[in-house]
Amino acid sequence: MILKTSLYGKTYEFKDVKEVLAKANEPKSGDVFQGIAAETALERVAAKVVLSHLTVGDLTENPAIPYESDFCTRVILDGLNTYYYNKFKNWTLGDLREYLIDWETAGNDIRIIASGFSSEVIAGLAKLMSNMDLACTSKKLIVTTRANTEVGRPEILPFRSQPNHPTDDIDGIMISVLEGIAYGCGDAMIGVNPVEDNVDNTSRIAYALYDFMEKWECPTQSSVLSHITTQMKAVEEGAPLSLFFQSIAGSEPALKAFGVTTEMLDEANDQIHHMGIAYGPNLMYFETGQGSEMSIDADCGVDEMTLEARTYGFGRRYAPFCVNNVSGFIGPETIYDGREALRAHLEDQFMGKMSGLPMGSGCAYTNHMHCDQNDLEIIDMLMCFVGTNYVAGLPLGDDVMLSYQDNSYHDNATMRLLTGRKPVVEFHQWMMKLGLMREDASLTKAAGDASFFLRN
Amino acid sequence: MANQKEIENLVAKIVSEIVNKTESEEKCECKCCCDEQIPDITAVRHQDDFHVPDAVNEPEYMRMKARTPARIGVWRAGTRLKTDTFLRFRADHAVAVDAVFTEVPEEFIKDMGMPSFRSQCHSKAEYLQRPDLGRLFDDETAAKIKSECKNKPTVQIIVSDGLSSTAVTANIETILPAIMQGLKVYGLDAGTPFFVRYARVGIMDQVTELLGADVTVNLIGERPGLATGESMSAYITYKGYVGMPEAGRTVISNIHKGGTPPVEAGAHIAELAKKMLDQKISGLGLQI
Repeated sequence: MILKTSLYGKTYEFKDVKEVLAKANEPKSGDVFQGIAAETALERVAAKVVLSHLTVGDLTENPAIPYESDFCTRVILDGLNTYYYNKFKNWTLGDLREYLIDWETAGNDIRIIASGFSSEVIAGLAKLMSNMDLACTSKKLIVTTRANTEVGRPEILPFRSQPNHPTDDIDGIMISVLEGIAYGCGDAMIGVNPVEDNVDNTSRIAYALYDFMEKWECPTQSSVLSHITTQMKAVEEGAPLSLFFQSIAGSEPALKAFGVTTEMLDEANDQIHHMGIAYGPNLMYFETGQGSEMSIDADCGVDEMTLEARTYGFGRRYAPFCVNNVSGFIGPETIYDGREALRAHLEDQFMGKMSGLPMGSGCAYTNHMHCDQNDLEIIDMLMCFVGTNYVAGLPLGDDVMLSYQDNSYHDNATMRLLTGRKPVVEFHQWMMKLGLMREDASLTKAAGDASFFLRN
Repeated sequence: MANQKEIENLVAKIVSEIVNKTESEEKCECKCCCDEQIPDITAVRHQDDFHVPDAVNEPEYMRMKARTPARIGVWRAGTRLKTDTFLRFRADHAVAVDAVFTEVPEEFIKDMGMPSFRSQCHSKAEYLQRPDLGRLFDDETAAKIKSECKNKPTVQIIVSDGLSSTAVTANIETILPAIMQGLKVYGLDAGTPFFVRYARVGIMDQVTELLGADVTVNLIGERPGLATGESMSAYITYKGYVGMPEAGRTVISNIHKGGTPPVEAGAHIAELAKKMLDQKISGLGLQI
């Protein structure tokens, strides 16, 4: 394992794999804040050169956080397919990159061999790729999952409806749900982030969503994004939920801070299969995002992108129905502007799909980032174009509870026209039956009126 | 001794006199700019803003819409936003952006009669990316604060730009006199209030240590939401120290004319300072 190279006569030496991974990153404010970013543009390239010569074996045997001290590392490494690991362990990352980005290499073949790649290998590959490299590899990776309905086919573009409310008012939540449905948003899932994290509130929202789905026979999934233990208690008491949600991260201290253990999620996954209202087999929903570990001082000195890959490595144990990043949600100390956010989204899409996850995109910015709706729309267009499994939809893209901006119901409807991707099959049929949507996924004159569902 | 309500009324009266005076001075009476103009799109309340033509059930739509601040019933131009909806959103984001990215003018600080210092950050961009540097002064500034400000005050007030300069310019002229007046009523010594540029909440702990204050108040601009750039928070500690737990801070948030009005907040802050001094504690342990 060689950690030293020269560029234009100047020698660069790195002390370990972790440092190489951090310094090989495209610029991100989070790495600078942590004090682990490359100090010059040339040092960044030197780290990439060194990384391109490391082998799959080097990166797997030197995880960013040691196996012995971190259960997240253990879940990732214990879950690897040893056949494909052994087959590829002597490949350098530079060679592997060329194999992956070659259009002749089938996506399905990549998915099979990637079962032997650790999160550090997957992060390392992304660090050697340009934006278009990431895009053309991601586009080939198809990950389908099923709860009540199937998502993940490249010709399908579903949306998570995110009808949040600052005080969890049911009428306030439901009018946002209905408005979303009236634009064709909600076929990936209708998922509410509650303000109050308790069993009664979680159940109350779960019933409201369920009642709508039952009354109108709407083919989709529901989720209430309280803590996993709260959802488990609510379902034990009979609350109707399709999916179990949890935020996850890429280090043991971060997962602990989120109040999550491997066993707890195992139990939750088992419970929702037996007591939930969806068929499955994929019934977990995870949210992630670059910078979440450092924001709670649980990064262990590892760069935010590698931690994000490790988050996906941890998540794959649970074969979730859907996963989305929310890179950009935390603020400018992790992702500074639209350019960094765009890069993060391409990295996350690639790393998530390489990890076998049904990767969606939570396009997000806060008002203290150098970012606006124009940046967000570019990210949205790009992610839908490269085949993201889903994105979110909110009234005008404004999350009135979490105080940040995302994509709007209008953006959702527009993206279907721009990409030609259609709603989930059953949902599309249902929208056409109601007279809200046409065969080509365009909206009819009746669409956009939430009170379509409030007829007397 | 005067009761609580009387004190609050007194403070409110004094400060509202100051405010009314400045407002009347600013009134414009010219014809050229006041006559014809395009109506202010931001004056429309979201609850009243409804554009769905021939809605199936408009009364129920409006009833439910009134229950949420989410922008509902906006209708569409094809699948895109109508022009006014689009521009209103832009205006609301612009207010937030201006709050974060503009600077509090040095003139304003001077007019307020406050000394002005800077954290270790050199620019807004650095401030946004390096929360750690926004929590500390360099040695030179620290020495200056110690020599220019009153040492060992009972209550030390600092004003920080934080994530909203607009919050400072919108509230300080009202809230600062209100606090000072309140402290005076309680007979508490207020030290030298000063302004800190590029400051995070935690910088108050270094101030506490430098000046040996008992109670420290940090009036700081909050991260703006859409259309809410003026919101300020007050963080208050009793005998704070660098590295103290966040749970040791008492917080009043949402201070602006549409939330907790600054006059009211000022009186409340003085009262909290008094309680902290009596109970010798701040944060979660404080009995309010």
